[in-house]
Amino acid sequence: MAIIDFNGVQRVFRQNGQEFVALKDVNLQVQDREFVAIVGPSGCGKTTCMRMAAGLEHPTGGTVSVDREVVTRPGPDRAVVFQAFALFPWKTVWDNVEFGLISLGVDAAERKRRIEHYIGLMGLGGYEKAYPHQLSGGMQQRVAIARAYVLDPKVLLMDEPFGALDAQTRVVMQEELVRLARQHPRTVLFITHAVEEAVYLADRIVVMTGRPGTIREIIDVKSIREAEQWDRHDRIEDVMDQPSFVHLRSHVWKLLRDQHGADLH
Amino acid sequence: MLQPRLPAARVATLTFLGAAGFLAFWSAAALSGMTSRDFLPAPWDVVRRFAQLVVEPFAGFTLFEHLLSSFQRFGMGFLIAVAVGIPLGLLMAWFPWVDRIVSPAFDAVRFVAPIAWVPFAALWFGTGIGGPVLIIFMGAFPPVLINTYRGAKNVDRKYIEAAQMLGASHLRAMTQVLLPAAVPSIVAGLRISAGLGWQSLVGAELIVASSGVGYLMVKGQAAVSTATVMSGMVAIGVVGILIDVALRRVQAVIETRRGL
Repeated sequence: MAIIDFNGVQRVFRQNGQEFVALKDVNLQVQDREFVAIVGPSGCGKTTCMRMAAGLEHPTGGTVSVDREVVTRPGPDRAVVFQAFALFPWKTVWDNVEFGLISLGVDAAERKRRIEHYIGLMGLGGYEKAYPHQLSGGMQQRVAIARAYVLDPKVLLMDEPFGALDAQTRVVMQEELVRLARQHPRTVLFITHAVEEAVYLADRIVVMTGRPGTIREIIDVKSIREAEQWDRHDRIEDVMDQPSFVHLRSHVWKLLRDQHGADLH
Repeated sequence: MLQPRLPAARVATLTFLGAAGFLAFWSAAALSGMTSRDFLPAPWDVVRRFAQLVVEPFAGFTLFEHLLSSFQRFGMGFLIAVAVGIPLGLLMAWFPWVDRIVSPAFDAVRFVAPIAWVPFAALWFGTGIGGPVLIIFMGAFPPVLINTYRGAKNVDRKYIEAAQMLGASHLRAMTQVLLPAAVPSIVAGLRISAGLGWQSLVGAELIVASSGVGYLMVKGQAAVSTATVMSGMVAIGVVGILIDVALRRVQAVIETRRGL
């Protein structure tokens, strides 16, 4: 059953009397507990897709549904991890993670239990009373991920969550996310422009191309991962050395590059 | 272009020169005989009168008693301005329809000098505390409202989106996102507001009060004691500086906590 359903989604902007088609005929179904990554060049509309699922933007044609309900506005059943973290700077780590739980009306004892669980899981123990500005970028993004997971949302929407992190931190976070996804499987829509990241994390990769933004191809990674037993490896670099990984990565690269070549002609 | 920062020693010297120059000019003018000492007292006349006012009641009270009643009125007007201005500013920033309702009236009223409310202050409240409080409120209210509104309006969009995504109610969005985000702007507004409120207070007391520093100054004028009037000016200036220093401390503490 599709949890996230993009049904004939269009997005048209009007500027100075000119129409600009940002998204055209986007059809995508994300299944329960599936991790889908959308890759594409900047401006292809991948972030817009995620924001539509979040209810932060709206299609001009077609519909986006989550759990069979058409999305009209943002809500805690669709938790977002933003690229810019968007933690409240005036709240401690604990209070940031607790914010959404209060909206959901979760009682104090249950809040405490859930926050402690995710703070521990994300390696944030001991930082409960710290303010975001006292933490590194990687730590801040861990808080943002904890803040999203703790809500037990129907779907997790991640908008280039590791885009603002340095290369080393990024790798650690990717490994952590895989670990987290295995312990707590969720329906995830993950936006990135990093091909390796998408191949490493996703069950399926949606390759988008721009002008107008459309889906170029959808690639099933999960069957390859399972057949090739990538999960035997804990470290991302060992997975990346697998011939099957290298092959997939090149395939995605070519799809993106062909588009780039087409633009030049 | 900004000039490079002056060394501390230079700053101290220049500050001293400025103050000494001012006092020297004042003394020279008072002693020159161009005008009577009754019209322009010398600095030491003011100091002597000030010391006298501290111990001897004038216009019913000692200087500190006058200051205390002025400060009470100021505190009341200022607190009411804060208590109305901050919530209203947040409501206007969060609900566009509140903004549309309040803005026209507010924009018209805020250009009216607080002192223009004196006739109404007198008619509505007589010489009770309400009159001066109304005038202080009229002076202190606009900067609180404007700075709360602007601070809340300028909140980074990502915090609003995060709050919506986390299911925040209108009340929590305003109190836990807009308000803390606007705090630096609000505190800056409070400084302006306190300054204007304190200024309006004296204007108010010149007309509708039977105690306070402004009242002391009116009585000084009636007694042709310019030294008394100037003592009042000095007291107002000093208290004004103290209020600003206190609010600047608050501002500094908040900025350090935020890691700004």
